[in-house]
Order: sequence, then C-alpha cells, then structure tokens
Amino acid sequence: MINQAFAVAGPFTWLFDPLSHEFMRRALLVSALVGAVCGLLSCYMTLKGWALMGDAVSHAVMPGVVVAYALGIPFSIGAFVFGVGSVALIGFVKQKSRVKEDTVIGLVFTGFFALGLVLVSKIKSNIDLMHILFGSPLGISNADLMQTFIISVIVVVFLLIYRRDLMLYCFDPTHARSIGINTTFLHYLLLSVLSLAAVAGLQTVGIILVVAMLITPGATAYLLTDRFDRMTTLAIMSSVISSIIGVYISYWSDIETGGSIVLVQTIIFLLAFLFAPRYGILNSQKSIP
Amino acid sequence: MIDSLRKGKATEISRIQANQICVDYNGLVALYDASLELPGGCICGLVGMNGAGKSTFFKALMGFVRPSRGNILINGQSVKHAQRDQAVAYVPQNEGIDCSFPVSVWDVVMMGRYGSMDIFRIPRESDRKAVWHALERVELLDLRRRPIGELSGGQRKRAFLARAIAQRASVLLLDEPFSGVDVRTEKLMAELFIQFRNEGRTILISTHDLSHVRDFCDLVVLINKTVLAYGETSKVFTSENITMTFGGMPPNLLSGPITSEDSL
Repeated sequence: MINQAFAVAGPFTWLFDPLSHEFMRRALLVSALVGAVCGLLSCYMTLKGWALMGDAVSHAVMPGVVVAYALGIPFSIGAFVFGVGSVALIGFVKQKSRVKEDTVIGLVFTGFFALGLVLVSKIKSNIDLMHILFGSPLGISNADLMQTFIISVIVVVFLLIYRRDLMLYCFDPTHARSIGINTTFLHYLLLSVLSLAAVAGLQTVGIILVVAMLITPGATAYLLTDRFDRMTTLAIMSSVISSIIGVYISYWSDIETGGSIVLVQTIIFLLAFLFAPRYGILNSQKSIP
Repeated sequence: MIDSLRKGKATEISRIQANQICVDYNGLVALYDASLELPGGCICGLVGMNGAGKSTFFKALMGFVRPSRGNILINGQSVKHAQRDQAVAYVPQNEGIDCSFPVSVWDVVMMGRYGSMDIFRIPRESDRKAVWHALERVELLDLRRRPIGELSGGQRKRAFLARAIAQRASVLLLDEPFSGVDVRTEKLMAELFIQFRNEGRTILISTHDLSHVRDFCDLVVLINKTVLAYGETSKVFTSENITMTFGGMPPNLLSGPITSEDSL
C-alpha cells in the first residue's frame, strides 16, 4: 500500500511539493535568474581567459557589501565600487611595479577580501557573514530579490547590445580597434558587468563559489560547440538547469544550496569533458588537429 | 622616385602620407623623423630588423599609438577619420590568433563588416553579399561553415585576407603574410595582391623575407628607427641599402629567407 501510494504521488511530490512554499519559489526564481545572467557572461570570461579576474572581482566586492550595509545603501552599489576599484588597483600596481600580473591579482583580491572580513567583525551590523560567504537563496529578502532582478536586467541588456563587439574584442582586439571600435570602453564594460554579476551570484552561491558560476557554464559549452551563439545558449541552459536542480537537491537533502548548485555545474562539466561529441576525451581521437 | 611613379595621377591624394613622425614609449624612442608617401595602387614592402619600428609604424597607421611629433594622413584624412571610414585593414600573423575560438570562417569575414553596421551588428543583405564575394575571391567559399581552428595556416591567412576585402579597406597592412603558408596560398595571395593594386588599394607588407620583397613589391621602405630609404624596389633594394638596414651585416643573406635573428 505504502509503496503504491509513493509510486503515484512520488514524481509529483518532489517536483511540486517545494513549490508550495513561498521561500522555495523565490529561491528557484532568483537562482534561475542568476544562473542565466552568469551563464551568459561566463562565455566571455572563458573566451577572454578571465577566470582569475572573475575570482578576484568576486572576492574584492566583499568589503563593498559590508560598507554598503553599514551605510544603509543598496549593497550592489558598494560591491560595484569595490569590484571596479580592485581591477583599477590591479592595473595600477601591475603598471607601476615589476610584479607579474597573476601575482598582483592574487595579492589585491586577498587583500580586499581580508579587509571585508575585518570590517564584518568590526562594524556593528546585522550582516550574516555566512550569507555573504556561502549565499542563501532560500532566505532571500524582498529587497535583495528586487536588487538582483535589476542587476540582472542591466547586465543582460548590456551583454545583448554589445554581444558582437564583445565577441570581437575577445577574439581579435587589434581588428576591433582598427575598425574604430572603442576597446577601452568594451574592456571596462566587461569588468563592470563582471562586478555586477558577481554581486548577483553572491545571492545564490556566495562570494567563495561565485567564480564557478562565472566560468563553469562557459567551459562546459565550449566543449560542446564551435559556434559562439550556440555556446551562449548552451551555457545559459546548463547554468539555469544546474541552479534549479541544485536548489531542489538542497531542499530535499537538506544540504548547503550554493555548494549543491556548483556541484551540479561541475558534474555537468565532467559529463561534457568525457562525452562531448567532438572535444570529449572519449571521442576526441579523430578531431583535434 | 615616387614622383615618377605618381606621374599622370598627380591630382590624386596620397594613400598614405607620414610627415616626420616620431613615436616614443615613455621616453624610449621607437621611431623618429620617419617620412613616407605612398600612392594608391601599390604593393610596398616594409623591411627592417626586429625592433626597427615596423610594428610601431603599423600601430601608428592604425591609430594605436599617437606620434609625439609629425602627422599621418590616410587618403588625405586623419587616422581616426580613416578608421571610421573603414579605410585601414590589418591582417594578423597566424600566431596572434586564438585558433580554438568558437567562430566559423563566415563569422570571421563578417567581422570585417562590423564597422559599417549599426550598433547591434546585425548583417544586412549587402553585408552577406560582401562576405560571400570576399570568400569567393580567396577560394574559401566551400569552407565557410568550418570553425576557424580547423583551417590550415594558409587557409586561415586567406580568411583574414577575406575579412580585409569584406571591409573594403583601401590600405591593407599585412604582418609577415608569407610565414607558414602553403604554396597554393602563396600563389593565390600574390595574384590577389596584384588585383588589389589594380583596384587602387595600397598594400603594406611587413616582412623579414627579402626574397619576397623582390618578387612581389613595387616599392620598398627600409627602416631602422627611421625611414632609411624608400622608392621603387629595383632602385632602392640594393645591397648597400640592405646592409645599412640590417646594421652592417653582409647582404649575402639576400639569397634566401632570413630572420632578424640571423642578421643580428
């Protein structure tokens, strides 16, 4: 009897039962949204070779979030200022010293991150450090949901308007410049949307794992296609699907949501790594020149 | 020498005109007092050692570096203006390109049209026609759907040449166009260069390979931090001048392809 009842209700239960909770509907919505935004951006990050930069910016927004909370302004503004500021600082130190770029990046972002940790412990506020570090889509407030929504719209609009120019900038910046495209603008545009996307990603998976949102979907899609447009579609799809599955797993298994989302992304990447039609290691003997 | 070449079309504006340009990077002089005037419709070799200022000269023509003194006119206009008119196309060396980038040959050639499109870069019928035509000319039409990474070195070179054709540039800057290309591509490129010249385009080829200069170039520019000499290849491309360009090394290197490392 019990088995029978379970068999009938089972599939519907795991799918629809969570949806009866307001917090789950919101968690799914925000995770899917952030997944889509970060998935689209991840294509540019992987093609430009900015994984480390993504890591740097996402960590560097930490003190900005804390300061913004303390001042009572939207945390995305503080995060944006510190995200872009960290990149400017990286550029400045690299230019003015003989230290190599990857060292400067590592140095600056850990410095910013440490500053964030110190500020959290020093500034009296109701910020939950764990929420910033590991994300909490299940407990997202209305204000945060609204902010994430606005950020997502801004990022997607800019990425859609400049998608061709950004692709060209990643592929052949010299040609882009020689036909009169302002590559300095594109560079800072990409950095700005990176800072914004990091703030959005922070909501679902937290600062520590947000870099995964910014590179894994792009890397997965890169193994699956040789077309840029298809790559963006696949990256968004895999990212959104990972986010939704991750939230469901988190709900049913009572595990940490951010970790669960990123783990699903990693598993999808591993599947592509093994089984991708052309570039998977099990199929690659004949095609890679 | 140039004057004789330009006889009969004296009313035409020079394609490239550099007047005593100086370029320095934070005080380090890369190019000084370099003057040059190239007419429309010529193939010109830019010859010099590594570090002689070839790439700096290219960068100045593309508007990437601003001369600290002197000025450059392309088609009688400022470099910035020329850029907006899509007048200058740069064909990169193979090494400078990420071959695993997920774009097709068609996509790459379409990039030549971006400058003429609106902000969203949505191709119009005329853009597609231009790309089709350009691919036809470099004999890559059959391979237009291929990812750029699956082309041979020579085919890739032709793809970037097609991009310059699609751009309808009047000045083509080619960086070591003959390095790492197959015989078919080399022959095709030589034919194309002659067609370009007859269409009135000016082709500036930066190269170490002296034998190609003699085979393809009407004019030659010898540089070493400044323009040492320029003019018709037959008159300027002498052993003394080449010796001077390569810092006093004997010109017996003329017999075959050389690299600057050999000549240093």
